[in-house]
Amino acid sequence: MTTQTQTVREAIRDAMALEMRANQDVFLMGEEVAEYQGAYKCSQGMLAEFGEKRVIDTPITEHGFAGLAVGAAFTGLRPIVEFMTWNFAMQGIDHIINSAAKTLYMAGGQLGCPIVFRGPNGAASRVGAQHSQCYASWYAHVPGLKVVSPWSAADAKGLLRAAIRDPNPVVVLENELLYGQAFEVPANEDFVLPIGRAHVERAGADVTICAHSIMVGKALEAADALAADGVGAEVINLRSLRPLDTEAILASVRKTNRIVIAEEGWPFAGIGAAISALVTEQAFDHLDAPPARVTGADVPMPYAANLERLALPQAADIVRAARGVCYV
Amino acid sequence: MPKEKPKNNVVALRKVPLPALEDMAALWRLMLLIRRFEEKAGHLYGMGNIGGFCHLYIGQEAVVAGISSAQAPQDTVVTSYRDHAHMLACGMPPGEIMAELTGRATGSSRGKGGSMHMFSRDHRFYGGHGIVGASTSIGTGLAFAHKYRGDGGVAVAYMGDGAANQGQVAECYNMAALWGLPVLYVIENNKYAMGTSVNRGVAGELYKRGEGYGIPGAQVDGMDVLDVRAAAAQALAHVRGAGGPFILEVMTYRYRGHSMSDPAQYRSKEEVKTYRTERDPIAALKARMLAAGAEEEAFKAVEREIKEIIAAAAQFALDSPEPEEGELWTDVVVGE
Repeated sequence: MTTQTQTVREAIRDAMALEMRANQDVFLMGEEVAEYQGAYKCSQGMLAEFGEKRVIDTPITEHGFAGLAVGAAFTGLRPIVEFMTWNFAMQGIDHIINSAAKTLYMAGGQLGCPIVFRGPNGAASRVGAQHSQCYASWYAHVPGLKVVSPWSAADAKGLLRAAIRDPNPVVVLENELLYGQAFEVPANEDFVLPIGRAHVERAGADVTICAHSIMVGKALEAADALAADGVGAEVINLRSLRPLDTEAILASVRKTNRIVIAEEGWPFAGIGAAISALVTEQAFDHLDAPPARVTGADVPMPYAANLERLALPQAADIVRAARGVCYV
Repeated sequence: MPKEKPKNNVVALRKVPLPALEDMAALWRLMLLIRRFEEKAGHLYGMGNIGGFCHLYIGQEAVVAGISSAQAPQDTVVTSYRDHAHMLACGMPPGEIMAELTGRATGSSRGKGGSMHMFSRDHRFYGGHGIVGASTSIGTGLAFAHKYRGDGGVAVAYMGDGAANQGQVAECYNMAALWGLPVLYVIENNKYAMGTSVNRGVAGELYKRGEGYGIPGAQVDGMDVLDVRAAAAQALAHVRGAGGPFILEVMTYRYRGHSMSDPAQYRSKEEVKTYRTERDPIAALKARMLAAGAEEEAFKAVEREIKEIIAAAAQFALDSPEPEEGELWTDVVVGE
């Protein structure tokens, strides 16, 4: 397979541009997406290529433009709504859940909402509590939504293309710290990844580590450290949180008999909590240790550098948890 | 009780000649259809055949009848939770609406939406939304889609006087004006946001709230269907011509409580009685039609026809089966 090296932000831009070339009904709207080329430069060059009709700068008005985009999607247009960060989407969350996610059901299937809500999620760096929250479990909780959380540039490109083509509302949880990271991306013009499938990034026999978004990188780092000690970790990049690839997780646990779930979000009712419940309910007899969770600290994000580092799960925390479930 | 005195509108509405008798007859028929439908819904609610929330439109018929009569076929409509009348005006079959109210498989949402959540893409009706203010943003999105496609349509986005205070309404006024979106915002001011009168909930005048954005507005008597129709025609012409939004505040009154569970003790019986006896939009139009030469027998024929339609709709709604249990799991996402 031929690949090219791309940053995550370039992959996101390419995914949107490819889908906009293919379908006139796709458009991008959000704060600073056009003239400014994206607050994080994820829409570089798109205004020049597609014009102001299809790359639309909005006022700072998340509630209004989230609802506006939902209305447009009800008619069959396919909006991509960029939130400057997911923290600001709380202003518009009513339309994501009450208007976008529930309407297909409330309409008895006759009126759907093909829309993508995307933007950076989770902690960036030293931006404090109001700009550093992971919304994975919030959106993954909601029937009617699909939720993806890419790690690599290939994830970002393949999952975003799938999200834009999907006839349902899809929440795409990106990560600001990953935007500038480079990865190998399949060069194939038709490259797309299915929503609902996890990917085994690294095979291993001794312990399963599940992670999404930026935690995949930390899980791989942890796996390297564990390998040096002779512990083989299997790292699953979840990619999709709703639907969750339960089969991939269960198959791995049946093989390794141990699981660590790493996430940046808070522990209570989090992604790790849901996966713990999944494996205890459906693979209990295969478990040789209780599932372990590595999560963000159960506090608002502090500003001080040392405290922020403590609040965020690190590779060392994953290593510690993996050793714990392996009793080594 | 005197006719609602028009305020100094931001834009002046022209006086228009009386419509042809047959046009008035169509308005009268639609208003009567709405009233009899809602009376039947109230009856079925009382019998326990309809559950949950049920917000009746009785008293407000002239609003949707007048506005819809001025629309073009390509226009789209969205409203809030007091939505049965808007669906009837869009041409959705009364039986399907009533069957949705009774929670049956033949309802327009197959029994999964209920009173506040019905939709029909075929009839360009985009809900039926239970969250106060949401219809404004969604309606602005319908207008965005009209402009994007260049189909010449206008989105008619209804809201109540209560919804008009939501922050998203201001956000949408700004975007609609900024981008020249073809949207007619209709504020159905029935004087009470649930139990809070506009005197206690609204600062200033709702139809003037677009002024700062450069959006023209007007207020019209919503108990007079011909005034509503004339105002709507002018407002829609403005939207189509200027390619930008218009705010039409329609002064109306609901005879019943906010919902079926509301005894409406926040207003006097006299106030309700005065509106019912002196300002009723159906009686008022009939009087004008009689004066213009209509025959009493024609009204009786329409009464009989509508009585049959409503009886058939109710029977259909009661005879239809509940959704099959497997329906619990369908329509959550497309393609699964």
